[in-house]
Amino acid sequence: MQMPEPDAGVLARRAAIVARLRAILPGEGVIDQPESLAAYESDGLTAYRTRPMVCVLPETTAQVSAILKYCGEAGVKVVPRGAGTSLSGGALPLADGVLLGLGKFNRILEIDYANRCVVAQPGVTNLALTEAVQGAGFYYAPDPSSQIACTIGGNVAENSGGVHCLKYGVTVNNVLGVELVLMSGEVVRTGGKQLDAPGYDLLGLVNGSEGLLGVVTEVTVRILRKPATARALLIGFPTSEAAGACVAGVIAAGIIPAGIELMDAPAIHAAEAFAHCGYPLDVGALLIVELDGPAVEVDALCGRVGAIAVQCGATTQRASNSEAERLAFWAGRKAAFPAVGRISPDYYCMDGTIPRHRLPEVLKRIAEMSARHGLRVANVFHAGDGNLHPLILYDANKPGELETAETFGAEILMLCVEVGGVLTGEHGVGVEKRDLMPSMFDETDLAQQQRVKCAFDPDGLLNPGKVFPVLHACAELGRVHVHGGQTRFPNLPRF
Amino acid sequence: MAALKPANEAEVREAIAAALAAKTPLEIRGAGTKRGLGHIENGARMLDMTRLSGIPLYEPDELVLRALPGTPLREVEARLTQHGQMLAFEPPDYAALLGTAPGAQTIGGVIACNLSGPRRLKAGAARDHFLGFRAVSGRGEIFKSGGRVVKNVTGYDLCKLIAGSYGTLAALTETTMKVLPAPEKVRTVLVFGLDDARAVEAMGAALGGPHEVSAAAHLPQRVAATSQIAYVAGARAAVTALRVEGFAASAEARCRGLRAAMASFGAVEELHSMNARKFWREVGDVIAFAPDALGGNRAIWRASVPPASGAAVAQAVMRSREALALYDWGGGLVWLAVAGAPDGGAAAVRAAVRGIGHATLVRALPGMTAPRFEPEAPALAALSARVKDAFDPERILNPGRMGV
Repeated sequence: MQMPEPDAGVLARRAAIVARLRAILPGEGVIDQPESLAAYESDGLTAYRTRPMVCVLPETTAQVSAILKYCGEAGVKVVPRGAGTSLSGGALPLADGVLLGLGKFNRILEIDYANRCVVAQPGVTNLALTEAVQGAGFYYAPDPSSQIACTIGGNVAENSGGVHCLKYGVTVNNVLGVELVLMSGEVVRTGGKQLDAPGYDLLGLVNGSEGLLGVVTEVTVRILRKPATARALLIGFPTSEAAGACVAGVIAAGIIPAGIELMDAPAIHAAEAFAHCGYPLDVGALLIVELDGPAVEVDALCGRVGAIAVQCGATTQRASNSEAERLAFWAGRKAAFPAVGRISPDYYCMDGTIPRHRLPEVLKRIAEMSARHGLRVANVFHAGDGNLHPLILYDANKPGELETAETFGAEILMLCVEVGGVLTGEHGVGVEKRDLMPSMFDETDLAQQQRVKCAFDPDGLLNPGKVFPVLHACAELGRVHVHGGQTRFPNLPRF
Repeated sequence: MAALKPANEAEVREAIAAALAAKTPLEIRGAGTKRGLGHIENGARMLDMTRLSGIPLYEPDELVLRALPGTPLREVEARLTQHGQMLAFEPPDYAALLGTAPGAQTIGGVIACNLSGPRRLKAGAARDHFLGFRAVSGRGEIFKSGGRVVKNVTGYDLCKLIAGSYGTLAALTETTMKVLPAPEKVRTVLVFGLDDARAVEAMGAALGGPHEVSAAAHLPQRVAATSQIAYVAGARAAVTALRVEGFAASAEARCRGLRAAMASFGAVEELHSMNARKFWREVGDVIAFAPDALGGNRAIWRASVPPASGAAVAQAVMRSREALALYDWGGGLVWLAVAGAPDGGAAAVRAAVRGIGHATLVRALPGMTAPRFEPEAPALAALSARVKDAFDPERILNPGRMGV
């Protein structure tokens, strides 16, 4: 993975840069000792590590603004970081860059039940948002699996999902407003407690922009009333095809479950061995279908989903009859990643999305790739929205296996694109999938996205080296090439 | 100048490239039902998108539909209805409000203006259902973003920028949307006789409760009197309406629970499926403020504010101007019909929303010079201008439509 070449001129000025940052952030807000910086070398994509030039931990928007303004003027790159749980290397530091940690922005600023929203600093964890309002019967809907650690600022940057987003949406559908600091140091606010904003939807754009457009310093999220009840069904099928048909049947019946998760045989076995949650081991695929809402609705829909499952060839079926049982059904699925971690020294988690009906074909071809590369794979699938997480099992201590796993992973993602899907459903492009972007977008598409980046950060100093496979200068991208002289479509009415 | 009427994406590109070379502005137009929204600069050549029509992909089981931008919305909705599905953001039709042809609007126009109806507060806006597109930028380049799947974080989400950009960034040539099952049963609980402030409280209580309310509106007495639904018009009182919908047993159970919860606010009644659907159409389309219902001598404003502030915003305007209000989105969307030329209440309305929301001038009175959209703070306005330049550096697409 090639990152932008460290700028020798910037590295030579390191002492002066650190001194200036200390002037902005008095006390312990600037970290420049190598042993302390080591903690920031990587995020959740641990295969990549870079020690940042210096790390800053501001506490106020004014400090973030001053840091960005200074870095912008001094031509110093900046990488923002929340909890560092990105699985795509979104917070991978740069050797000649400032790592801007937002961990001290950890306060909930306002809970507004009348408007059903919470205003929080970006370093508040996803779970803490729900914990702050659950006493009053509310929750924050998006629930990425790292929710105990990941921050709402990071969720905005990555437009994080979770298991409930088919019914309740991803981060962008649940964020009402942000305060954003640009690389120029300018502070802008877009959205608020109201449901829309005038002008372009910069709020929507910032969600999922992977820290390349600005640094989020405040987030307003909407909160929802907790559903009265939730029940889960655990349904076994002989094949993934049969399970996929059941998912399609459920949706065709007008039912949008709170979550539908599919696990293939290797994932079921790994999860059961780890969590002992009572999963059937003689099935080819397992569905967990969660239904939530008023009890009368949930009970009726459990019956309907169960009947559809039988029609689709389900061989085993259980419905949770208590909250403990529901959580037990989920325990194996939620432990799928560590479970796979126990049967293999290392695993590599992929994140493509496919049109759901292509699942059988995609699983078959992943199995073929698995045989060809000699690496095992377990599949867990957010089946309702087509988001596939193949876990590739490898051993980093065996020479070449990491590279083979990465090649295998790239082939899976290209396959997702080939069948009409996308490279990443919820983990982000980061550095991991950066070089695969041309499989989904042509040069014009990518140039247009980069021009948007230029509107926010004309010098390309904010989180460079992520998302875009080729870095173009903004001046070059701005040129207009007029092809107006050629008349390729003579039938078009002429002026 | 005759309108340009491209038949396909290649011809759209050709038309825009030619306009770019000649530096002549284009007005991108579907059915033209929303021309009244935003500023129209005279002298632009019309780029009529209605020949790009059709639904090349609809997979009900996958909850996805792809339509060309000139496809009439009613065609999209008819296809969805055949499979018991819908566009959950409940696109409104402002034709009556704006004095244009009802039922004619295109899907491209709906997306370009990011228009959402009463279900906005539960299901999200048009932009939340807009999965992918192809388009031609003001640079004369064909580009795409997004895809056909719901979960997608590959690259910037340009769908969000394009939705609500009023054709100032690019001309859409293909749109892909998420669709959802339509509810089996719709029930609407009516509470009678609440003043605006109390109605906003009642809506807040309902929306914060366990009954999954999918729409909440308040019609003060004069506004309720214009309804085509006898129950509403005949009430001779203000009407606060709360919708529950879904599977029959569930909708009925929640409707009972909601009635009980609302009884402490006032007398409660219930609207059933046909009337309930018609009522929410009236609310979404703002029929009460159409010139036919109200006369044309009022400026129509759409204020978007924190829901609990809705009544206070309207009252602030009414302190200085004679005005009627209609509340949707639980109080978060306040429609104001303000009497009095020449400024149509511009100063009063914008003062009332300052710092908490924004107001759009949807129907102006002759001679009004107020900006249609709320002016953004300087740094944000400058950023938005740079975003415009990123797509349309020569400013040939709908120039001025969103600006002053």
